[in-house]
Amino acid sequence: MGRYVARRMLQIIPVFFGTTFLIFAMVFALPGDPIRALAGDRPQPPSVTAVLRDRYNLDDPLLVQYGKYIWNLVQFDLGQSFRGRDVSNIMAETWPVTVKLALTAFVIEIIIGLMAGVLAGLRRGSFIDNLVLISTTLIVSIPVFVLGFTAQVLLGVEWGIFPVAGLREGYPQSYILPALVLASISLAYLARLTRTSLAENLRSDYVRTAVAKGLPRWRVVGVHTLRNSLIPVVTLLGVDLGSLMGGAIITEGIFNIPGVGRQVFLSVRTQEGFVVVGITTVLVLIYLLANLVVDVMYGMLDPRIRYE
Amino acid sequence: MSERDVADPGSATPGATSTATAQVGGFGGRQASLTADAWRELRRNPLFIFSGAIIVLMLTIAVFPALFTRGVDPRDKQQFPCLLQNTVARPSADHWFGYDIQGCDYYSRVIYGARPSITIGVVVVALSVIIAVVVGTVSAFYGGLIDTVFSRVTDVFFGIPFILGAIVFLSAIQGVEILGFITLDGGVSTVVIALTVFGWTTLTRLMRSSVLSAKDMDYVQAARALGASNRRLMVRHILPNAITPVIVYGTVSVGLIIAAEAALSFLGVGLRAPAISWGLMISESQLRITTSPHLLLFPGLFLSATVLAFLMLGDAVRDAFDPKLR
Repeated sequence: MGRYVARRMLQIIPVFFGTTFLIFAMVFALPGDPIRALAGDRPQPPSVTAVLRDRYNLDDPLLVQYGKYIWNLVQFDLGQSFRGRDVSNIMAETWPVTVKLALTAFVIEIIIGLMAGVLAGLRRGSFIDNLVLISTTLIVSIPVFVLGFTAQVLLGVEWGIFPVAGLREGYPQSYILPALVLASISLAYLARLTRTSLAENLRSDYVRTAVAKGLPRWRVVGVHTLRNSLIPVVTLLGVDLGSLMGGAIITEGIFNIPGVGRQVFLSVRTQEGFVVVGITTVLVLIYLLANLVVDVMYGMLDPRIRYE
Repeated sequence: MSERDVADPGSATPGATSTATAQVGGFGGRQASLTADAWRELRRNPLFIFSGAIIVLMLTIAVFPALFTRGVDPRDKQQFPCLLQNTVARPSADHWFGYDIQGCDYYSRVIYGARPSITIGVVVVALSVIIAVVVGTVSAFYGGLIDTVFSRVTDVFFGIPFILGAIVFLSAIQGVEILGFITLDGGVSTVVIALTVFGWTTLTRLMRSSVLSAKDMDYVQAARALGASNRRLMVRHILPNAITPVIVYGTVSVGLIIAAEAALSFLGVGLRAPAISWGLMISESQLRITTSPHLLLFPGLFLSATVLAFLMLGDAVRDAFDPKLR
């Protein structure tokens, strides 16, 4: 087990460097000159331009720039935006918002998704099963931004149940509607996966044995079936936590929430390369670690799986 | 991920196991290949008929939009001028979907919006499937260093959140010329490239794990013992038995890619005006949504119906190829 985790950590390293370099290369290939843009309409003295370009290492070859960035990164220095703000400050402002939003969405996803999936899986072909199947198919096929808009207009503007946008009402009021929209698609997938997995396992031999032994139904379902059915579900959930944070770009845009998603989008627009790279690096790290945790949990849930 | 693919006995893909049983022989003396079986199953599935009908309709709209608009081409402003006096007029008997902000007939615009969306969905998935089949098969078949390198490269592209990667990529490559003749100017080809660059990874991983479980099957060993070359093993024996999950997920992906294109156009980095696309229309409806909901409703409806059809088709195909559920 320990060796397996160590090897996986080693595998993460090249992926981490590859991903950050890819983002770095793309961001610094963005058209336009961010240093020139600082001066606006006025002419910029060449000496100022030179100093600024030197401060941000803009005249080095790309690989050297990347090397310097990583060197600073391991010293926990994320650099500055071209407007002179520390990237770490920007992140400290935006990350808590996104984490709160993503975790709220995650909780909503687990509660509603698992419940719908279990109810549908236990009674295949019943009314509730068809209801879950149809509603999840509809949710998945409506693109997030259409769903977000409709929810915003209906629940926010027309009926006034939730705040329309922004965070002025604080937690949890301002977060619930965006979190619901953010969770919607993952929730539908989770419900469908739970349903299929549960229904498949309910027909397996060990469940028949458990029933034949005369165990009460709650025990057959709760202890014998659910435990095995949850293995693929755990994988989905682990990957989801990362995608919820990455997927917040659209949701945060619609509901005007000042989290990393909106920040990263604005930063791409204003060519704030270091902000984009900084935020993406953290996103990638979260994703990689979540995957590792999922793979380790796999072994705990399913004793048939042995780590080499 | 690789350890899990090998170690988990439950992860054998449905396609691989089902073909293995189908190869044993026909049922009751009738020669039944898996494809023939699946086709018979599909034809009886109402889900398939329903989703297939929507897809055929949408494809026809995409190829011959003029058929559906009585010859009205919204791009032809000379012949069919937009009148500002009609701005955001509600739907009427003459103009079923009403007018947009500039007073253009909305129905013909929604119809003409099908082509870019569907082209992007189909081309991106076709390219991704080709990459997935080649990279996935080669890395799983040869293993070793090739597999390690390909898998890590896949991981790198997989690690970047899809929409975020596409946004940065699309912003970075504006105006770049590739191969001397394609200028990346925010048209269909630009979006196709961006979505393919970040979209091929899931299919590739799927193909790799599918080939991993198929390559040690008895019939592959038998063919190898008979002296078949590596290329023949891959193309004739492994590929037909490992590709089913990729086809199924590929079908679903067409819908997901169409939705992603709309999201990017909505964010302002995908297709740009004067291109006509559902995502752009929804984006334009944003400011008028409370007073003129029809601006969101119709493109949203067409978009969702198309995505829904591809998702359902994927479900139907999976059910047909997966004998466990029969």
